[in-house]
Amino acid sequence: MRRVFLGGLSWTYLAGAYAFIFLPVLVLVLFSFQDGRLPVPPFNGFSTQWYEAVFADRKLMAALGNSLLVALASSIVACLLGFLAAYGLARYRLPASALQRGLLIAPMTVSYLIIALGLLAVLNALNVPLSLMTVAIGHVVINLPLCFAIIYASMGDHHINIERAARDLGASDFKVMVLVTAPMLMPSILAAFFLSVTFSWDEFIIAFLLSRFDVTLPVEIWSMLRSGLNPKTNAIGSLVFLVSVALLLALELFLFGRTKKQ
Amino acid sequence: MTVVTLEDVDRRKAWGFVAPALLWTIAFFVAPFVFTAAMSLWKREGREIVRVWNLDNYLRFFLESAFLKGLTNSVEITLIVTVLSVLLAYPLAWIIAERVPKRLQRMALILAILPFWTSYVVRSYSWLLVLSKNGVINQGLMGLGVIAEPIEIASTRSATVLGFVHFFVMLLTLTIYSNLIQLSPNYRRAAADLGANAFQTFWHVILPLTLPGIMTGAFLTFVLCIGDYVTPQILGGNNELVLPQIIMLQLGRRADFPMAAALSIILMLVVTLAYVLCARWLKIERA
Repeated sequence: MRRVFLGGLSWTYLAGAYAFIFLPVLVLVLFSFQDGRLPVPPFNGFSTQWYEAVFADRKLMAALGNSLLVALASSIVACLLGFLAAYGLARYRLPASALQRGLLIAPMTVSYLIIALGLLAVLNALNVPLSLMTVAIGHVVINLPLCFAIIYASMGDHHINIERAARDLGASDFKVMVLVTAPMLMPSILAAFFLSVTFSWDEFIIAFLLSRFDVTLPVEIWSMLRSGLNPKTNAIGSLVFLVSVALLLALELFLFGRTKKQ
Repeated sequence: MTVVTLEDVDRRKAWGFVAPALLWTIAFFVAPFVFTAAMSLWKREGREIVRVWNLDNYLRFFLESAFLKGLTNSVEITLIVTVLSVLLAYPLAWIIAERVPKRLQRMALILAILPFWTSYVVRSYSWLLVLSKNGVINQGLMGLGVIAEPIEIASTRSATVLGFVHFFVMLLTLTIYSNLIQLSPNYRRAAADLGANAFQTFWHVILPLTLPGIMTGAFLTFVLCIGDYVTPQILGGNNELVLPQIIMLQLGRRADFPMAAALSIILMLVVTLAYVLCARWLKIERA
């Protein structure tokens, strides 16, 4: 009897938690199809006009392109730097390597606002104009620790013998790294890359403070919020959610699909 | 001799691998941070930043009640959010790890953290749809006849807390779940053999074993919550400003970089203090 009661309590809690977690997203998506000017109840009927409005909005589409560009470019740089550093620190004995690892991880513990503020102050002092490039630099700063940590953690010792074998067969250091080490670590490199893309694609405060004329999607959405509740904001928000979930699925397939096979 | 030279060559090569990442971190993270710290000791006069070393910004922080209030608001909201998130996420993670059948667990977990991947700005905005005066809750309650007039939920501290808790419940469910499934079932068996009932097993065995994981998650929540500008700005409005909002005000409206820098340093000190407290507490738990 008590068991049944506890079991029922568990399922009720689970259902309640899911309801809480999904409530705002469901409201967002539902009212993006609102046939009216306000994304709040009552629901007047189904319409795709707001999605059409989003795709017709030049500024939004430009911001979307900028976001993708910054996310891809900054993630490639973060992954490359993270991989090289992980390789160097895992395969060679370097002085103060614990300190180096700590330094590489350090930006993770500092609020994005403080990182953005520091970069903004330095860029101002050096008279560097703000652009998508400065946003990407900031995004590499926040994603490099993540990429380094993920790739470093997967640099297992059992890979060393395979690398040694490749070297014995006459491969140069460069060839070993590109043709042997990188492919072996591909699941975690891809995981780091996709995570980094989702973080950069969503990031607001650095993009807000370090951009001027060309802005990314979250910054453009932020300026849309000033006009109050609007089904068009719901529509673009739903689309962003869709893209993030697609990236997450890719991550799941690449990372966990492969580890299951092994 | 040859061995030494080889090692030197190796070492040079290794530096070549690590150097780009280190230089990037030093140029775009350490240097800006040092500059921020230095700037917090300068002063803005008129439209210029005067490079005279002084503690005026920090004195102003303690003398002007608006700044201190920002700090206490930040700390209070962050503590409430951290405690609530842990209390709500733990049962959820436990139910997924213990009650949901093994083959469905991955699915259940992914579902529980899916909205985590909504755009950060959009997530706060979507809570506004639920909480605003003509939002889902008010319309629903009025439709049921519970209230006659819409109640003010958005633009309050409760709205900020709710938005934050929503976000961090997902994060903590993930971290606590991964902690729970790593526990060997042998602990549970041993406790049962020694005569513990389900509650005693949980309280004396499972919970202490997952405490390090909880503390890590709670610390992460604390750091991310206290440094966030978006959620308090969209959901909390301008009634009870938190520290990041005040920092942004110094930057945007007043262009007072030195004061913003000083406030950032104070924010960092609070996070460092939280880390020291967590680390110490964990050590005592383990001993």
